[in-house]
Amino acid sequence: MTAQSIQRSSDRSALATIRHGLSLTPEFRKGLVVTLILAVVATAGKIIVPIAVQQTIDTGLKGGTPDIPYITRAVLVCAAAVVLTALAGYVMNVRLYKATESSLATLRVHGFRHVHDLSVLTQNTERRGALVSRVTGDVDQISTFMQWGGLMIIVAFGQLFVATVLMFVYSWQLTLLVWACFIPLMIALPRFQRLLSRAYTVVRERTGDMLAAISESVVGATVIRAYASERRTAERIDKAVNANRSAQVKAQTIVGFVFPLTEIVAAVAIAGIVLLGVRLGLSGDITQGQLVAFLFLVTLFVAPLQTATEVLNEAQNAVAGWRRILGVLDTPPDVADPGEEGVELPRGPISVAFEDVHFAYPGGAPVLREVSLEIPPRSRIAVVGETGSGKTTFAKLLTRLMDPGSGRVTVDGCDLRDIRFSSLRERIVMVPQDGFLFDGTLEENIRYGKPSATREEIELALTELGLADWLEGLPAGLDTPVGQRGESLSAGERQLVALARAYLADPDLLLLDEATSAVDPATEVRLARALEGVTRGRTAISIAHRLSTAENADEVLVFDQGRLVQRGPHAELVGVPGVYADLHASWVSAARS
Amino acid sequence: MASKVTSAVMRQGLRVLGVAIRTEKAVFTLAVLASAVYGGMTVASAWALGWATQNVVLPAFAEDRVASGALWTGMFLILGTALLKAFGVAGRRILAGVMQYRMQARSRRDVTKQYLRLPLAWHHRHPTGQLLSNASSDAEAAWAPLAPLPMAVGVIVMLFTAAVAMLFTDLMLALVGFLIFPAIAVLNLVYQRRLSPLATRAQQLRAEVSEIAHESFDGALVVKTLGREDLETERFMRRAHELRDANIAVGRVRGLFDPMLEALPTLGVLAVLAVGGLRLSTGSIDSGDLIQVAYLFTLLAFPIRALGWVLAELPRSVVGWERVQAVLEATGSMDYGSVNTKAATTSPEPAALEVRGVSYRYGEAEVLHDVTFDVPAGRTVALVGPTGSGKSTLVQLLVRLVDPDAGQVLLDGVDLRELAYGAVAESVALVPQQTFLFDDTVRGNIALGLDTADEDVWAALRLAQADGFVARLSGGLDTRVGERGATLSGGQRQRLALARAVVRRPRLLVLDDATSSVDPQVEARILHGLRDTAEASTVVVVAYRMATIALADEVVYLDHGRVVDRGPHEDLLARCQGYRNLVTAYEREQAERAAIELTAGEEEEVSA
Repeated sequence: MTAQSIQRSSDRSALATIRHGLSLTPEFRKGLVVTLILAVVATAGKIIVPIAVQQTIDTGLKGGTPDIPYITRAVLVCAAAVVLTALAGYVMNVRLYKATESSLATLRVHGFRHVHDLSVLTQNTERRGALVSRVTGDVDQISTFMQWGGLMIIVAFGQLFVATVLMFVYSWQLTLLVWACFIPLMIALPRFQRLLSRAYTVVRERTGDMLAAISESVVGATVIRAYASERRTAERIDKAVNANRSAQVKAQTIVGFVFPLTEIVAAVAIAGIVLLGVRLGLSGDITQGQLVAFLFLVTLFVAPLQTATEVLNEAQNAVAGWRRILGVLDTPPDVADPGEEGVELPRGPISVAFEDVHFAYPGGAPVLREVSLEIPPRSRIAVVGETGSGKTTFAKLLTRLMDPGSGRVTVDGCDLRDIRFSSLRERIVMVPQDGFLFDGTLEENIRYGKPSATREEIELALTELGLADWLEGLPAGLDTPVGQRGESLSAGERQLVALARAYLADPDLLLLDEATSAVDPATEVRLARALEGVTRGRTAISIAHRLSTAENADEVLVFDQGRLVQRGPHAELVGVPGVYADLHASWVSAARS
Repeated sequence: MASKVTSAVMRQGLRVLGVAIRTEKAVFTLAVLASAVYGGMTVASAWALGWATQNVVLPAFAEDRVASGALWTGMFLILGTALLKAFGVAGRRILAGVMQYRMQARSRRDVTKQYLRLPLAWHHRHPTGQLLSNASSDAEAAWAPLAPLPMAVGVIVMLFTAAVAMLFTDLMLALVGFLIFPAIAVLNLVYQRRLSPLATRAQQLRAEVSEIAHESFDGALVVKTLGREDLETERFMRRAHELRDANIAVGRVRGLFDPMLEALPTLGVLAVLAVGGLRLSTGSIDSGDLIQVAYLFTLLAFPIRALGWVLAELPRSVVGWERVQAVLEATGSMDYGSVNTKAATTSPEPAALEVRGVSYRYGEAEVLHDVTFDVPAGRTVALVGPTGSGKSTLVQLLVRLVDPDAGQVLLDGVDLRELAYGAVAESVALVPQQTFLFDDTVRGNIALGLDTADEDVWAALRLAQADGFVARLSGGLDTRVGERGATLSGGQRQRLALARAVVRRPRLLVLDDATSSVDPQVEARILHGLRDTAEASTVVVVAYRMATIALADEVVYLDHGRVVDRGPHEDLLARCQGYRNLVTAYEREQAERAAIELTAGEEEEVSA
């Protein structure tokens, strides 16, 4: 079984992408027809002015003296129509916002949950920032498009359509003339859009470079000062900032040249209307009011075409956004929760067995081979081996962060793949080496292990772990804020919190992956003793980075190049020549040299 | 702050715009000129159309003939005004962009120069995220109103011209205009005032949603191992729903005002037709005048909103500008003396270091108290102490990243504060606990601007046990190591940082737990290498590991910011209990266990 990387569904066409996306957001489709009808009504308001102008000139001014009652009637009818279309516009806007925001919020939350459901391996194929933007920026892009660009497309088509229909009623010759003027521009616009899209891509890249350069002056402050490289850094930043500025100005210049083109084309159309219109007037094909109405109708062509490049750009971004978020949702979680059909394990001491387990990362060499072993309940196990020997992979398979390529891992005789996640995560807890903390207080972070825990329980847990002294030394005790990612604490302190968090969860099997590697020696020794006490009656597995952990275990598992090469108590293994004896010797020399 | 468009904020916002206008006088003047051309030509184009209607269209229908002179004049006027208007639009947009982006770039350069100039103590007081957004999004927000500013000025020109044109055409029709246009402007202002706080809130929530996602995905392993996916999803959902509601609130306001702003000019045109009909019947105006004014209304309806755009951006701009300004106005800098040290390259003798009565506090907490010790030239001293004892702070003082509150640090008998800029870096090299690599090549990261020969770089890499993996990199010394060195493992990065220090042949080398991510065997090789070739260096090393401590001539034992004891390792072991407890923790534990097992074994034997 291979782990999936997040799917690239770029092979799917834009239309298919949108269709698939809409099928996942039922809130959006509901009532869409009514919203669209309202949009058409709102758009129809645009042709009121040309009609009113035409009526006033042709009927009202007929015979040289204006027909005041008729003009007044026409104006009042038109005003009523304007109010009506504005009302339709309001209802349409509110419906659109509600529908898009609700559906996109659902999509966002689905996407977020799905990222967490993906296996660790899949999560690691993507940079964190890229995953985050799939549930933030990408969704925002879709919503911007739906609320502005997408609406603009509908409005633009509606506007061009109603304008053209009215034009046809007045004069087909002039209608053809107007379209003949605008069609070349319509053909050229996608070209301009591509030009612009390329320019914006450059801007995005330069912005990325610039942010990276700026961050060096902050994140690298210590090194820059220690090596007196302020000037060199400033030069690098200036270069990146200026390159970003040049790219922005270049994109803006393209916009600046493309935008007014429509105005020129419109003027050509207007000139053409006057030129051809008066000749049509002479032959009686058109009234003067209709001719003047044409001059107003041409303005309806301007706004849709002026914004077309921007709308096309947004549409492109939105489809790309859809593709990215659908890419996440379409990626199956390859380490899946059996859910309701799964087994619920009763509480109590846990035994573990590996049966001929193999594992390889996708496209990589095997990292675990033919591993078979049993760990009896209540035993204390140390796992040792050099970097790359397969220790951490062993831990990940045991906690079902990954599934074996072949063979099976069982807990109390039950295949891990058949156990409900809720039950599994409650009974088996791993403390990873990097003690990640959430921004909040110490108390909140420890409570993460058991959301229902009271403050007293948390204090008790810390005391049982022998950490009461450490807690007392903190300025605000349990209320001490840990900062973003726990950065206000030292690496060692973060590990202490992570350990307390796992301990509070009260698992039946506790797995420590070098969980105290950054703690100072005196504290580490104290902690090791405390852990021995509190894990009595549970199964405890430690991936060891130092001698005493192995020495104190009931049994040591020795990994080398993906195989379990030795197992047994320390006293037994140390006497036989082999991997463990070599490892032991190097530990001893490092500690005593 | 940005929630209310108060008059104070407005005044402040206009002041910010004033700063930009003064800084970019030439560009602003040209942009406004272009925009004025645009504004004037917009009115002129309506006038041209009215003229053509009156002199070409109506006579044609009335007299059944086309006066070709008037026809061509009409064509010329229509096309001419459109062309000039297009030039005006292009110029306005491009120049507004030039101005906005220049100001942004200027702020960014100034802010980062401040970051590089301000002392490290200042950096410690400000969170990384805040400093980054000061230079990116705040600098962007500060100058955002510059984009619509020339257009807004052009619109004022446009309105003025239109008012004059309408007054010349007909007083009654002008009156309709004077009612409608201020109404549009006021409505738009009300719109922006209502929208601004809602938009700000949505923006804020968007950032929070992103923050939650970031943190949650960063901690994905913890979430998974504790099975807290539901909890996390709920946390995210709460905020995502708040964002949804905030966006819908924005939508409601938009939905209300946008159609109104569309409808108002249309109603204006209708009013013009009604009033115009009356005026026509009394013969006060001709049909061309009527068409001209009606057309003017359709043209002005949209640009008039630009005034609102500038005002809408002002609160955000003020906040951004104030944050940027706070950085630029931050005081405090390191003063440098004029004494130059003997440069390492010309005189490779090890330096002597002396620390005299040094104290240092972070806010309320005193981290170092009256610390005194010295390191004779060529000797190696280990700084040892439990977590939080002040070792890393002391190290920062030794290389003058911060200055002590009291006491002195002396290099070859000279107070560090009397040395010229760059002199400390020339003699002293620090390898900090947290490795930092630039987004540059391996060579660039090691040389850091020095003109270093490749063989010297390789020699330094060899000493740092990094030559092996660097040689295996696809581009060798020219391989880019990526943002913050993300493509390398922790141990590899530490070894590059070490090479960066030793390539300078420093007279004093300071290692702050600099080999913690390196395998013990590799660490031993590095330390022995340093010892063998480091006759030219005095070394201060912070460490826990016995192997590291064993290389030192002397140990300084720190606890709670004080020097508790100093002397050779063996002596301290014998007389200093705290030190003994710390460094022999593992051995003692082993011994105790052995003893327990022994007794347990004996008991078993006895009972058997």
